[in-house]
Parts: sequence; structure tokens; C-alpha cells
Amino acid sequence: MNARAALLVSVVLSSLLSASISSGQVSFERILGADKEPQNWLTYSGTTLSQRHSLLNQITPANVKNLELQWIYQARSLEKFEATPLVVDGIMYTVQAPNHVIALDAATGRVFWTYSHHPVRGRPCCGRVNRGLAILDDILFMGTIDAHLIAIDAKNGRPLWDTTVASARSAYTITHAPLVIKDKVIVGTAGGEYGIRGFLAAYDAHTGKEVWRFNTIPGPGEPGHETWGGDSWKTGGGPLWMTGSYDPVLNLTYWGVGNPSPDWNGDDRPGDNLYSDSVIALDADTGMLKWYYQFSPHDEFDYDAVQVPVLADMEWQGKPRKVILWANRNGFFYVLDRATGQFLLGKPFVAVTWASGFDEKGRPVLLPGKVPSAEGTLISPGNPGGTSWYSPSYNPRTGLFYIPAWVNSSSLFVKAPVKYREGREYAGGTNRSTVAFDWSPAPNFRKEEEGYGAVRAVDPHTGEMRWEFKMADVTEGGILTTASDLLFSGGREGYFFALDARSGELLWKAAVGAAVQSGPMTYSVNGKQYVAVNAGTCLFVFGLRQ
Amino acid sequence: MRAFKLCTSVFAVFLATINTLSAKQQTDTPSEVNDGRQLFIANCAVCHGPDGDSVPGVDLGHGKFKRASSYDDLVEIISAGVPGTAMPAFSKELSDIEMRTIVAYFRFMAANAYSTSAPGDPVRGKAIFEGKGECLNCHSVKNKGSRLGPDLAEIGAVRRMIELERSLLEPNAEILLQNRMVRLVTRDGITITGRLLNQDTFSVQLIDSKERLLSFQKSSLKEYAFVDKSPMPTYRDKLNPGELADLVSYLVSLKGIGGQ
Repeated sequence: MNARAALLVSVVLSSLLSASISSGQVSFERILGADKEPQNWLTYSGTTLSQRHSLLNQITPANVKNLELQWIYQARSLEKFEATPLVVDGIMYTVQAPNHVIALDAATGRVFWTYSHHPVRGRPCCGRVNRGLAILDDILFMGTIDAHLIAIDAKNGRPLWDTTVASARSAYTITHAPLVIKDKVIVGTAGGEYGIRGFLAAYDAHTGKEVWRFNTIPGPGEPGHETWGGDSWKTGGGPLWMTGSYDPVLNLTYWGVGNPSPDWNGDDRPGDNLYSDSVIALDADTGMLKWYYQFSPHDEFDYDAVQVPVLADMEWQGKPRKVILWANRNGFFYVLDRATGQFLLGKPFVAVTWASGFDEKGRPVLLPGKVPSAEGTLISPGNPGGTSWYSPSYNPRTGLFYIPAWVNSSSLFVKAPVKYREGREYAGGTNRSTVAFDWSPAPNFRKEEEGYGAVRAVDPHTGEMRWEFKMADVTEGGILTTASDLLFSGGREGYFFALDARSGELLWKAAVGAAVQSGPMTYSVNGKQYVAVNAGTCLFVFGLRQ
Repeated sequence: MRAFKLCTSVFAVFLATINTLSAKQQTDTPSEVNDGRQLFIANCAVCHGPDGDSVPGVDLGHGKFKRASSYDDLVEIISAGVPGTAMPAFSKELSDIEMRTIVAYFRFMAANAYSTSAPGDPVRGKAIFEGKGECLNCHSVKNKGSRLGPDLAEIGAVRRMIELERSLLEPNAEILLQNRMVRLVTRDGITITGRLLNQDTFSVQLIDSKERLLSFQKSSLKEYAFVDKSPMPTYRDKLNPGELADLVSYLVSLKGIGGQ
């Protein structure tokens, strides 16, 4: 098929899909079937399975060299621009930091309306960022830096309700995009460097009333409470700051929980510290815990398990299996059974020096002496992790799992005494990078062996790396794959690029002038496919040259 | 009132006491010292100077303090500032652990203090810099000299005297990341060596000995590698101790375009 014919097929397919779906209200059925209308992007990771994989295929390995800039939106904010936009029937919705919602024409970038929430407090550890919105019917939902959940009319940007989720005075914040399941909006609370007691809660989408709540740090009488010594559970952290996933057949929602507090000193919190650094599987209707798996028991390295849970159905040892794929900040790649939580595979995807492997139940086997100390203990991966919140992608066509990785990173983990004070930092030490990772757009003077960023493609069946695309600088760019076997990503050095998802070969790149610190997404309007990504304080949108 | 005066007099006597804090009281790691150095240069050196002795009557680099009798006192002073003086409070800018890191750097400075026994003459030092030392062949000061090596116009504001002396005697002992040299060979077989200005996945930027700002696509190169040794010669045998002291004094006097 030549390029023109492929374009024609793609346009017809897209038109048929558009015609079969009524525009306007975004029902939950539409969100569940988001893969059937790939011209839209209806939830943070594309679908509730969170594969960040699009069925759009107008842009191909053959024509991607013809990608060119279509429009730029320059945020009126100097904070990091980490949001992934939503696109609904030609309208794009995104958030510029800290909490300003913008509705744009997705084909031209022209603004329809803005809505501004000005957080009165809020003490996020790492920037007043926001990673995006959720939508249901004609209502957008945004979590805020001062820990509110706000519903906004998608047509005119007017607020519909505003619920206080947690106390900003105690340093609770919300930075991730909410997740809509049925008639509920689910958000979790960040603040793991401030001794919060984290929780995930569901709110009625039309009233803002809380429906259920799951404490990530169990209280007295709750299972798991025994994993916290003394009163440490009251300030045990367990933040949630990345969007979860949902399996409609199992009716389970999956979320990654962050670090225990204090980060680098576990003396006052003896025990495994559940459910910090765990994936939790909750009944979406009730918030009841179905199962959990803890990646890093009694973590003292700030190895947040906040990665997006990627749900995939695949052959596993000859039988179909519903699994979760998870490249963890602690340096291991995991495969878990998502119905039961059974540990199926764990293998390092970068250098790991804190654990030697796993016992038969999937608990990591710790290496002696690898704990923070007053003088500092050198551990890999370093504090930024082997990866972090940057979205990975799974492409069912290639069967590969793609990880934004920090390779050869290590830190000196330093332990220090600390006392809890409400709303103040409660970290219990610090970490020191062994080489400088300056923020973009600083020049890069590092040798490769001193640490680099990469896209690493891993075979989920074995955990073996199939290929690697090296970057001279580290990366905070998420990954998007498409049905034409393209992979889009970027890094801190300010390139946005397309790779062949099967080989890792570089096919196209654009210099965007500042760090890519978001997950790319794709959509189409009137049959034309676009790829969008944030870099620096701008949203860049690319499409094929006409 | 009398009692108050007595108290203040006693307090004044206390203030005038110089407390010597031992540099061996604690063990600081190289990375902690390095962090402390960076924080000190970024937050403190603008007033206190890189050796901590630019404010009259205050000497942070020899473990001798008027207002502090312990390292915890120093942290408290950094945190709260000194009312009635130009010393501001840093409690909002720096975390407790960062302030302790700066204090660790004080300990390092005291343990690696420069000798004041042979102060040099900056005027003579300038003559050596521009003449016998041939420093301008690679370095520049205010548009004079070569831009291949690091510009030294404000070196006295950011580097300690002992560090400058060591760089002259042992140029390979410490090469800052931003002063690294690279060597590359183009597909045409041309070899170019220069100071690395930036690099990314696809390209490299440098300044070469002809002061050309060059940028190459890595795909156009046959070879590309870091040069691990400094191109700077040692002055151990080129200058006598007096000349070395003069040259260091001149470098210390270079405080930037507004700081002479």
C-alpha cells in the first residue's frame, strides 16, 4: 500500500469511527471503549488499561519524516508543564501549572476558555505541577495543589462543585489526573515528604460527595496496621501521585502507592510499612482491598511505586493471562497477575545494588549493608530511580514494554534524625547524586558511564532488554506507541523523537528547546492525525505536512 | 537598668571570645563537602568570599568563630541570621540538612586552610600571568587572552586560594565538569580538540584553540571522546614559591567585572 492509499484508508476509518459515535457527552461507556474512537484521548493514559498505545496509524515509519509543527500553546506559567491533554471530538483540554484549565481547538490551538483555580496553600515537594484532567459527560475534573477536587463545565469552564479532599496545611496536595470509573471520580493525595497519611478516595461525579476512601496507611484494627511500629502510621506517607488503571471485567482499580515517611530514615517505622511502595487492587464500587503487592518493603530509598499500572492480556507460559506490567523506580521490572496479585516475574532493567533478587513469594532479597547511613551509602538506582512517574507504554503488536529509564544512576543515601512537624519536610536525611543532573536547559558535560537516559524495550515474558535508544542526558519524557509501530518520546535535553518500535531505530526528531516532561499523546481531527507533547512551558503539536 | 547593662557587657565579652571548633569532631564525606561547597558558593560567598574571610572580623575558613561555640550554633546562625547585621536568615531558603552541609564545608575549609605566611603581590602576579606564566595562551581576563580555557575574570570570587594554588601545581587533581576537553575526528579526518560546551544525543558543541564555536552532528564524526587530562601544564618547576604566591594573589584579586 502506498502512502496515499494508506492515508485514504486511515481517513475513511477515522470518519467511520467518528460517525458511529455521537459527539458531545462522554459517557463512561465511551471511556471504557476509548480504543474504538482513537481520534479522541478520553483518559490520562489513553484507555483505562493505561497502555498509552493508540490505534491511529496515519503517521507511519515511512512518512514520519514528514512530521512538522502544526501549532504551539505557550503556557502562562514557568512551572514544569507535565499534563497530558484530553481530546474530545476536536476539543483539547489541558492544565497549565499550577491549576489553570484550558480548552483549545485541537486543530489550531486557539483557546475557547480558561478556568483558573488559585491554590491558597500547598507545599508540593517538587514543583506546583499538574498532570491532567478526567472527563465524564460534560464535566472535567481537576485535583489541585491545595488538595481540592474541582468539577468544571467542559463547555464554558465554569466550576460546578469544589470539594476539599485533604488539608493543605498538613501539606496534602493533588498533582495527578483523576480517574473516572462509572459515576465516580477517584483521586489520591501526595505529600510523602511531609508525613501525610495518604489515601485514595472516590467522589460522586455529579455532587462531589465522598463515596469511599482507602487509607494507604492502615489504622488500628485494619489489616496491615501491624506493619507500622508505634504511632508511625499517623505520619507514614504512602502518597498517590500518578493516575491508576481499571479492569472492567474484574471491576478492580489499580494504583501505585508512594514512599513511606520519613523517606530516608526508617528507624521510627519498624516493619514493612504497608501499603507504601505497593500496588493496590481495589473494588471500584467500594474501595475494598482485593490484593496488594509490595515492591519495596520498609523502603528507605524513596522508591515510590507511583508508576502508571499498565494492564495487558497476554500468553503467559502457554495460557492467556491478565497481567500488570510494571517498571518500578526501584530498578526492577515486574509482571503480576492482576486478578490475584501473584508475582510472576521480577528482573532488573537497570543496575540494582539494594537487592539480589526475590524469594519464591516475590519478596525482594536485601543485600547486607545497603541501607542509608549518616555518612551516606552508595546505592543503585539513585534517588531519581531507574524510572519514575514518566509513562511507559505497551504495544500489543510488538509485544514489547517500553520504559523511560535512567541508566547507571546512583546516589549516596544519607540518614539523619527528624521530628514530625505539621506541614514541614519530614524526610529524615537526604540523597546526593554521584554526578550532577542539572535541570534543562543546562549544558551537559557528562560521560556516558556517569549516567544517561534511555528508552529501553523489554520483552515482558523474560524481562530481557530487546533494544535500547540512548540519550546523552536523562529523561523525564513519557512514551507513546501507535498501531503503526511508532514510538514517540523525548528527554531532558530537549528533543522530541520517533523511533521504530520494533528496532529502536531513530526515524524523526524535532528540537523543542527544553526538557520533555510529559507523556506524548495522539489524536485526530477531520481525519488528520496529530501528536502532542509538552516541553518546557509549551505544548507542541505535530502533524504530517499537507 | 544597671543589671541590664551588666548583662549586655558580659554578653559583649562573650561575643568577643573566639571559639575554635575542631575540624576533627565529625567525619564528613567528600560528597557532603562538595554539596556544602556548592551551597556556600551559591549562598554565602557573595558576601563572605570563597575563603570565608571577606567580611571584616569574620573568618569562616579557619574554624574560629565569635558567635558560635558549637557546630549546632553555626546552623542556628545560618538559619536565623544575625539581627542588626547584614547576615540574613536562611531558614526559608535552606533546609536543616543543607545548612549542616554548609557547616561541613566550614570544617573542610578549616582542615584545608591556606597559609597566610607568604602573601603574594597581585601586581607582580599580574605580570607573571601575562608574561612568564603564559597564562593568556589559554585563559582570558576581560577580553584579554584566549577563550579556550576557562575565563578567569571572576575566579577570585568563586575559588579558594588553596584551590587556585593546587590547580597551578597539580592541574589534573580536579577538573570541573564544565572544564572538560574533548577530542573529535571528522569523517574528513580532521582532528579537533577543544573545551566541551555542551553535548546531547545527536550533537556536540565546543570551543577550539582558534576560539571557534563549533557544533557537530555526532553522525558526522569518526571519533568522539573526552580528554581525561587537563591541557594545563604544572607550574611546580616553572615558578618559584614567591612567584607562585604572587600569581595566586593576582587570581584571588579577580572578582568579576564589578568586584575589583
